[in-house]
Amino acid sequence: MTALNHEHVLQQAANWKNQGKAVALATVVSTWGSSPRPAGSQLAVNEDSAFVGSVSGGCVESAVVQEALAVIDDGKPRLLDFGVTNESAWEVGLACGGKIRVFVERVE
Amino acid sequence: MRRKLLETLLADGRAKRSMVLATVLASGEQTLIYPWDKRGEQDDLPPGLLEAARTASRNDRSTTVETTRGEVFLRVFNPPLRLIVVGAVHIAQSLCPIAAMLGFDVTVVDPRTAFASVERFPGVNLVTEWPDQALDFLALDRRTAVVTLTHDPKLDEPALVRALASEVFYIGALGSKRTQASRLSRLREQGFDDRALARIRGPIGLDIAAQSTAEIAVSITAELVQTLRRRTPSGQSLPDPASMQATGSGRDA
Repeated sequence: MTALNHEHVLQQAANWKNQGKAVALATVVSTWGSSPRPAGSQLAVNEDSAFVGSVSGGCVESAVVQEALAVIDDGKPRLLDFGVTNESAWEVGLACGGKIRVFVERVE
Repeated sequence: MRRKLLETLLADGRAKRSMVLATVLASGEQTLIYPWDKRGEQDDLPPGLLEAARTASRNDRSTTVETTRGEVFLRVFNPPLRLIVVGAVHIAQSLCPIAAMLGFDVTVVDPRTAFASVERFPGVNLVTEWPDQALDFLALDRRTAVVTLTHDPKLDEPALVRALASEVFYIGALGSKRTQASRLSRLREQGFDDRALARIRGPIGLDIAAQSTAEIAVSITAELVQTLRRRTPSGQSLPDPASMQATGSGRDA
């Protein structure tokens, strides 16, 4: 029952493109453990760092937005891994103990 | 993702087509698969990918698979699950917005046009045919749930007969234990056995001691979600009718 969510995210991505803004899409492609959002969950980011949707329920969104801006810049898709919180990378950890992999691509 | 592909996803999503977007994770290369379309320019798919897309689509579950071109992510885009509510009654007025918020595409069926009015159900699909005709027209499938709320056997039972003859993933009927017992005995006379009748959740809804119509609507939608998400023990698919019957009779016993 994620219909409302994905329509909303993709529609916003299309709207931003129509406004002439550069856009990247981030998609959860695999999950392990108690990840908060299932595979297929999406986040759209525009060149101004505005975003809609979610890939983790808040834990790694800011890191994904940073990577999305890099993808908007160079156009190269990226595959990001986020795992359990640890001290050296506390800002991109999942407090729930799960792991997720996120694919980030530019809307061309 | 190419912009044209994004526009296609949105347009065909609005047209309620089932799609699976296949992305080669190493390169970002993408193909849009229509897994249930007979025609289709999909000859160049890696071996096994169409089958994997069909499985993902059937299970309503996006997943990553290994192919000859490396890892491919299959993102499922299915039309919304449907909820068909028989009876444009007071509870339905609470049930419709809650179900819509959960992502269901809601249709209310009631031949009594004084009940099934746009004023009472703004923004809801209304069908004012008799339930048997309406449900034939609506083509019940495994991504559909049917709820009967009229308390009137003339309206509820033709709908239940249609639902039992289909693969809908949830059937719920409003009414007390006594009403449910007499309803089941009438349906038994029509030839449905205990295994089939165990699919009907009645009294409808999870027991949360609901009193108001909105609370009853929460109890019904909670049971809908439970049935949908519990699925099979492996969590892999929408329940098929056989496994649902087994679960239903086990839980209600």
